[in-house]
Amino acid sequence: MQHGKYRFIVGFLALPLGLYALFVVWPFIQSIYYSFTDWTGLSPEFKMVGFGNYSRMLDDEIFWKSLQHSLLFALLLPLVTISLALFFAFMINVGGRKRRNGPVVTGVRGSSFYKIVYFFPQVLSIAIVALLFAFAYNPDSGAINSVLRGIGLDVQPLWLGDPDLALWAVMGVLVWSTVGFFVVLFSAGMASIPAEMYEAALLDGANRFTTFFRITLPLLWDTVQSGWVYMGILALGAESFAVVQIMTTGPGGPDYSTTVMVLYVYQKAFRDGQAAYATTIGVALLVVTLAFAAVVMRLGRRERLEY
Amino acid sequence: MKTTETPAPLPAESGAVLAKEGLPPAVPPKEKREGTVLNVFSHGVLVIWAIMVVMPLLWAVMTSFKDDRSIFSSPWSLPGSLHFDNWSRAWTEANMSDYFLNTVLVVGGSLIGTLVLGSMAAYVLARFDFPGNRFIYYLFIGGMSFPIMLALVPLFYVVNNMGLLNTIHGLILVYVAYSLPFTVFFLTAFFRTLPTSIAEAAFVDGASHSRTFFQIMLPMAKPGLVSVGIFNFLGQWNQYMLPTVLNTDPDKRVLTQGLVQLAVSQGYKGDWSGLFAGLVMAMLPVLAAYVVFQRQVVQGLTAGALK
Repeated sequence: MQHGKYRFIVGFLALPLGLYALFVVWPFIQSIYYSFTDWTGLSPEFKMVGFGNYSRMLDDEIFWKSLQHSLLFALLLPLVTISLALFFAFMINVGGRKRRNGPVVTGVRGSSFYKIVYFFPQVLSIAIVALLFAFAYNPDSGAINSVLRGIGLDVQPLWLGDPDLALWAVMGVLVWSTVGFFVVLFSAGMASIPAEMYEAALLDGANRFTTFFRITLPLLWDTVQSGWVYMGILALGAESFAVVQIMTTGPGGPDYSTTVMVLYVYQKAFRDGQAAYATTIGVALLVVTLAFAAVVMRLGRRERLEY
Repeated sequence: MKTTETPAPLPAESGAVLAKEGLPPAVPPKEKREGTVLNVFSHGVLVIWAIMVVMPLLWAVMTSFKDDRSIFSSPWSLPGSLHFDNWSRAWTEANMSDYFLNTVLVVGGSLIGTLVLGSMAAYVLARFDFPGNRFIYYLFIGGMSFPIMLALVPLFYVVNNMGLLNTIHGLILVYVAYSLPFTVFFLTAFFRTLPTSIAEAAFVDGASHSRTFFQIMLPMAKPGLVSVGIFNFLGQWNQYMLPTVLNTDPDKRVLTQGLVQLAVSQGYKGDWSGLFAGLVMAMLPVLAAYVVFQRQVVQGLTAGALK
């Protein structure tokens, strides 16, 4: 096996590793370096400014707003989405009517139909979903307000135009599009839990709602945890960028009410010609992302040891 | 419709007594009623969410056949007559055909590049011991949790200096580089599960390392390649952030970008029906493909989170 081994390894790794280093690793290193300069991005000249960008960031009110919103995206959004998905997945897998001689716990009729339909938004581009909802939220002619009118409700919110409501409206879209993914993911996990476990618990007098917290959730905990990290990273990055940039005015919402860190990086770099400051906010985003992942993994591990 | 009548928990004793008396594990009547209530409740909740998922999509399809006036006056009414001209206008005048072509070219090239380079790197990392193996592996994996936007600021200038900005092949190279982390992660795990004996036999029979890879290992890895291929296909087809930053030439726009741009410009022209036709046009192929290849798509997309 030795003969020509290293030549083969180098030959196979050179291209993927080279491409990856050039387009991914090198820019990351560069941008950390740039965060200590006054580079505008428009001209190649720049000089070192030490921690100037960082102290400017700490005084930047919009940065703090974007940080707040990004944290909401990473913590609250997965919490709501995953809770809803667990609820639906439990209904799908355990809510079935008992059939004669069948197992005590069964899935509802048409469970695969629900799973197929719920998954629809997941295959669509988040950009297309954002566009669609930007129209649905239109206060005058949008689908949502006209439903409210139709059922006789006298509230006609401005949705994306209302600084207090815009962020929630945007987050609602991400919930809508992601729940199905987790329903399918959790359903697969729940289907592999043996029915005898439920049977035994029910015979011992537990009701179905206790079985959820005592059997289903603990056994699914690993999946829930990695799902949370997965969604949080997406929500801090590409997904919140697309929905906020496409749906809200500015973009960033009325009175910066929806701006998120990833959008702020983009605007500073490619709209305002402050590339160095943009990378500084980007470094803050990196810190937030890594801290988020570490915290969720750590909290999750402790939780798991208790069982 | 959301009933709050969650059944009262069964007293713990009754179940235990039943079990002690050695009754057959038939479901007690109270338990049966609880099951029925839960069943009705489950169906109610599940149907409501299914409607909430499908309605916005149906609304978009309906709207794409209406004329502009009725879109604004009565958002939920059925189209008076089917305006197929919306579709042809979107396809030709609004350049949807160009966006489709660009997207097909970019995604086609990226997908092949990702699978070839990703499987080469993953194979070497999974099967060969050499100094730096772990380091390179974690270098690739790290790319999954880093915020891409941070790298995009310098990357814009890297790509620009290489003369690759606003070109299809430049975009392909960037897509491949950013798809490698997950692809390498997934395929490394997959190659490790494959038996070593066949490859060793081929090697003893005089096949070279690369021949062993292409003629024996790749065909064996087909299920893994299909899963990761679907994952990357959807990710690259739906990509919005990368082209928004790196692809600003109107003639080179991909589908998601083109639609967002269309939404901005149609706002001035007032051709909302054409825009909705474009949206539906972009949604339908992916949804149709999903319905046909439902099982594989779900497997491919959830593969990452389950690992």
